[in-house]
Amino acid sequence: MIVRELDLDLDAFEGPFDLLLTLVLKDELDLRELDVAGIVLAFLERLAEREELDLEACGEFLVLIAALLELKARGLFPDEAAEIAELEPEAAAEELARRLAEYRRMKDAAAWLRERLQREGDRFFRLGPAQLAARVETPLAPQDPEQLAQVIRLLAVEPPQVSLEHMALRFPPVLRFLERFRAVLRRRTRFDFDGEVGRLPRIEQAVAFLALLELRRSGEVTIDQAAPFAPIRVARAGEEFMNRDERTVAWNLRSA
Amino acid sequence: MEPPLRLIAGNPLDQLARTLEALLVVASAPLPVQELAAAADDDPERVEAALGLVAERYREGRSGVVLEHVAGGWAFRASREAAEACARLFERPPQRNLSAAAMETLAIVAYLGPCSRPDIARIRGVAADSAVAGLVERGLIAEAGRDAAAGAIRYRTTPLFERVFGLESLSQLPRLDDLGADAEEIRERLDAVAERRTA
Repeated sequence: MIVRELDLDLDAFEGPFDLLLTLVLKDELDLRELDVAGIVLAFLERLAEREELDLEACGEFLVLIAALLELKARGLFPDEAAEIAELEPEAAAEELARRLAEYRRMKDAAAWLRERLQREGDRFFRLGPAQLAARVETPLAPQDPEQLAQVIRLLAVEPPQVSLEHMALRFPPVLRFLERFRAVLRRRTRFDFDGEVGRLPRIEQAVAFLALLELRRSGEVTIDQAAPFAPIRVARAGEEFMNRDERTVAWNLRSA
Repeated sequence: MEPPLRLIAGNPLDQLARTLEALLVVASAPLPVQELAAAADDDPERVEAALGLVAERYREGRSGVVLEHVAGGWAFRASREAAEACARLFERPPQRNLSAAAMETLAIVAYLGPCSRPDIARIRGVAADSAVAGLVERGLIAEAGRDAAAGAIRYRTTPLFERVFGLESLSQLPRLDDLGADAEEIRERLDAVAERRTA
C-alpha cells in the first residue's frame, strides 16, 4: 500500500494524499480548513480492507500525519503556543481536555440541531422581510396648506441674473505699449516701469509688462530691479546703469 | 365531526381575535404579543386570550393553516399534513441544507453567541470563515457588534434560526451540561474499524 496514493474525500480537499501534501507545503491549501481526523479515518479504513498489516505504510503515514498535525497546531494557536508552553504538563493536559470537552459538547449540540431540523423539515411558512410600518414617535403638528403654498411661492422666484461683465474684458494690444515705451525711450534713456503704467488698470499693466519683456527679448532695453517688488527700471540698450554694483547675476536670472 | 370553522359566537374577544387573525396573515415574520397589542390597540392580556381562540381554530388536524408560537412571537404556517404538497410547489429552503461544519458553527453561535470567528475557530480547531459567511448568507446568524478587546465582529443567531428549527426561543435548546457526556463518535468509528479488521 502506498501512503502517498491514498485517495481522500474531505470537505476542503479531494484527491491523492501526496497532492494534498504538495498543496500544503506550497501554502496553497489552508491547513486550518483541513480535517486531519478525516485523513486518519480514510487511512484506517483503507488499512482495514487489507488482509495483513502494512507496517511500512503505517510508519510512513504516522510520520506524515504527525508533521501535518504539528503544522496545523502552530497555525491555529500562534499566540497561545507560548502561553501553553509555559504551563506545567499536567495543567496543559487539563487545558487540552477542557477544550476537547467543549468541542464535544458543541458537536453534540450540532447533532441535536440536525435532528431537530429533520423533525421540523415539514414545517412550511411564509418568509420575507418584516415590512412593518415604522412607528412615528413624534407626529407632526397639523399643517396649513396655505403655509406650504407660501413657502413654495418663496422658492418659485426668478433666479438673480448672473453677471457676465468679466466676459467683456478688453485687452489692449501689446503693440500699443511697445510703441509707447519706444517713444518714451526716444525722449529719455531710462524710465521707471511703475511710474509709467502704475495708474493704469491691472489688466493693462499686465499687457504693458508683456510688452516690456518683448522689448528685452529683442535687445532694445535692459531691465533692472534691486529686489523683489522693488521698482522696475528700464533703460535703453547700451545705456548701462550707473550703479552696476546693485546688480547680481541671481537677480537677473529671476527677473528674466 | 369537527364543528364548523368559526369562533364562539358572542365571545367578547371575537372581534379582537378576527383583528389578530388579519394581522398574522399579513405578517411575514412572527409577531410578539406586545406588537400585536399595539397594532390592535388593545390590552396585551386580552390579546393573549384572543390568541388562544385563534390558536384553537388554527390547529393541526383542524385547519390547513396552523398558528404557532415560534421565535418569540406568533405566526401562521402550513399544517404538517400539507407538507408534501408544499414541498412539490416550493423549493427546499437553503436554510435546511447545512454542512456538518455549518451546523457545528451554528451550535456554537446559538450557545455562546454573541461570539466572533476566532472564538469559533478556537473551539472547532478549524477556521470558521466560510461556515460563518454561509450562515450569514442564509440569514441564520447576523452580526452583533464587535469584540471589545480584539475588535472582531461578533455573531448571534437570528429569529429566522428559531423559526426554521421550530424553537419558541433559545431557552428551548438542551442544556449545555447535558451534552458531550456520551461516547465519543471518533472512538466509536475507530472501534468499528478495529472490529472489521479482527472479523
